[in-house]
Amino acid sequence: MDLTVAWAGIIAFAVAFYVVADGFDLGIGILFPGFRVGSERDAAMNAIAPVWDGNETWLVLGGGGLFAAFPLAYAIVLPAVYAPLIAMLLGLVFRGVAFEFRWRDPKHRRAWDLGFCLGSFLAAFAQGVVLGALLQGISIEGRAYAGGWWEWLSPFSILTGVSVVLAYALLGAGWLIAKTEGRTRDDARRLGSIVLPLTLVAIGLVSLSTPFLEGQYYQRWFVWPGLAVTLPMPILVAAVAWFGWRSLRRDNDAHPFLWTLALYALCFVGLGISIWPDVIPGRLSIWDAAAPESSQLFMLAGTAVLVPIILAYTAWSYWVFRGKVAEEGYH
Amino acid sequence: MPDGDLALLLARIQFAFTVSFHFIFPAFSIGLASYLAVLEGLWLKTGKSLYIDLYRYWLKIFAVAFAMGVVSGIVMSYQFGTNWSVFSDKAGPVIGPLMAYEVLTAFFLEAGFLGVMLFGMKKVGPRLHFAATCMVAIGTFISAFWILSVNSWMHTPTGFATNAEGQLVPAGSWLNIIFNPSFPYRLVHTVIAAYLTTALVVGAVGAWHLLKDRADPHARKMFSMAMWMAALVTPIQIYAGDEHGLNTLEHQPAKVMAMEGHYDSHPSGAPLILFGIPNPEEKRIDYAIEVPKLSSLILKHDLDAPLAGLDTIPDNREPPVSVVFWSFRVMVGLGFLMLALGLFSLFARFRGRLYDWPLLHRFALVMGPTGFIAVIAGWITTEVGRQPFTVYNVLMTRDSVAPLDAPAVASSLTAFVIVYFTVFGFGTWYLLKLMAKGAEPGEPEPANAPIRTAGHTGIAAVGGSGRSDQRPDRTEGAHGWT
Repeated sequence: MDLTVAWAGIIAFAVAFYVVADGFDLGIGILFPGFRVGSERDAAMNAIAPVWDGNETWLVLGGGGLFAAFPLAYAIVLPAVYAPLIAMLLGLVFRGVAFEFRWRDPKHRRAWDLGFCLGSFLAAFAQGVVLGALLQGISIEGRAYAGGWWEWLSPFSILTGVSVVLAYALLGAGWLIAKTEGRTRDDARRLGSIVLPLTLVAIGLVSLSTPFLEGQYYQRWFVWPGLAVTLPMPILVAAVAWFGWRSLRRDNDAHPFLWTLALYALCFVGLGISIWPDVIPGRLSIWDAAAPESSQLFMLAGTAVLVPIILAYTAWSYWVFRGKVAEEGYH
Repeated sequence: MPDGDLALLLARIQFAFTVSFHFIFPAFSIGLASYLAVLEGLWLKTGKSLYIDLYRYWLKIFAVAFAMGVVSGIVMSYQFGTNWSVFSDKAGPVIGPLMAYEVLTAFFLEAGFLGVMLFGMKKVGPRLHFAATCMVAIGTFISAFWILSVNSWMHTPTGFATNAEGQLVPAGSWLNIIFNPSFPYRLVHTVIAAYLTTALVVGAVGAWHLLKDRADPHARKMFSMAMWMAALVTPIQIYAGDEHGLNTLEHQPAKVMAMEGHYDSHPSGAPLILFGIPNPEEKRIDYAIEVPKLSSLILKHDLDAPLAGLDTIPDNREPPVSVVFWSFRVMVGLGFLMLALGLFSLFARFRGRLYDWPLLHRFALVMGPTGFIAVIAGWITTEVGRQPFTVYNVLMTRDSVAPLDAPAVASSLTAFVIVYFTVFGFGTWYLLKLMAKGAEPGEPEPANAPIRTAGHTGIAAVGGSGRSDQRPDRTEGAHGWT
């Protein structure tokens, strides 16, 4: 098998895993003001406290994997989205320290809760902007980024930013419904019911505008054989959304999260169709950006062994903290 | 100053600022994770509740420090691309895989077991919990292994070739890249530095509480453990540092010339300049206090051995002498103060006065933060001493920087400075608050441990072990020990 394709798959897996895993952490942060101060917020925090650090590590693997397997792409994309990336990193700083700081300093707990919320929001929004910037195209000259430091900013990248915020919030609501009970869970259901329709609108807008960006997307989506995927997509999204909506009003606490995952899966497929086999759509293919074979092979040996082990102990950690978090949550 | 030069300068300041801040936290958490593993292991072995009290006490401090290390570390992993994209393009095929291995073997290990370490004692029981603590401790060490391999390769690059696109690509065995010539020395010197840094903090906290109450058993235990470390490890560290220096002399002589302040060559025995003020304009050390021929003795083990000076190095390849000269002296000076503390503590211990000699405790208290200062000073010595290269003798710093406008970097640097000083300022304050409160009998677990609503099966198992510390948790501050 082509090593470069394998590496594209590994990085796509890392990014998708990150989006889902840290997505619900960040989503809970985004929804934080929707929860009552005190036991509800504590329960929301405790639902992710033991796992957020592991979840965030997939972001480092995504970035580090890109650096190692596709150094040229790493070198071009990161300067192109400089401002949103710095914003994301600073957002993650506030989000990450809030887990500890809010317990250490009850007097400033509200301030750290605000930092937790704004940091989560900023990180999610910035990630969406990066996605939009990538989709709408990046100026390249030779082996370097050739645009200015505001090139990423466009109505489309703002739209993708907002979309990711909404999608993470939906995932966060689903996680809380599964992991909490009582008032926290009820509030999560209520917030999920508000966020789900908004997320659908956002998905619709992004899907409708992507083919009309410059580049290959129109061909991909509206010319046969792409049409074979394009036509069933809205039906599938509508069906998943309907089941998700229904699950928010029923008793099973795991279903809203699972239906949200199904919605995410459809979005990943859509993005894959738009981007594959490029790493910068329309400009740089995965083969153009690939590291030499010896680099890719050296890493693949380790990755093949280590990622299953990582998944195993990550699963163990989730299993240790399985079940519902009590609303009083701590003692 | 042309815009490109300004952007380069700002990018260098930003990297130096963010990496210095970041390095403080791992320098502490590498040592502290191992200390926690030792404490928990002693608890399991002896069953003495004193050890688990100390474990829980330092665990709370570890949690805060570790969180700050994680969030400042993610910044580093992206900054190679955002600000040093040409370096990333060129060096990525060699160092990228090493950093990916760091993520796969270290970061996931630390993060995967941290949750259990912080919150899982009642869920998994003491033995599995101890295993989790060990995994986190091992993870911190593996992390140091890979990132120092990367860093060492930038100082002593081996095992690579240049391809048609100008990229540095692996050639031959990866072992030549990983175990490049300066790596073993740097790894030993840096990891010992992390252990010493932690020991000095633990010692200072113990000393602080001994100054308030000489009978405090928790303070006595941590002070004694820390002073053993200071006494035994500082001499090893001085020896390791000397070996590291000799290795540097072999591979990066210009750095050693700058450290020594040797602008001129000395054909028959070079003096050791203890102090002085580097004068880069005139290329000499003003007001130098020097010991004749001692530098040759240290570096060549021969009083009359010739030593080349910076006059043999082209000006455009000379590292900034003043910075390297001073940071090196700060590191070495603090190292000898640590040795003095270790010897003082040995003397006090054999006279039976380890716990009731306030002068020793005050000394240890003052020395508390010096590990951090020495680590940063050493880091500056080696990194600034590598200039003007990012990959020594292969890639210039000015040819490594990303094509960013100066205002972009100025904005991000400003944001980093504001956010880091605010967030890590508060974080440091919380650490000091935790340290100011003494460890207590029945030290409670972290206050935010999440519990399940049903099925506390773990509690019965742990409680059934009959250990004295498994009493119901008490509220913090309920004891009168402080």
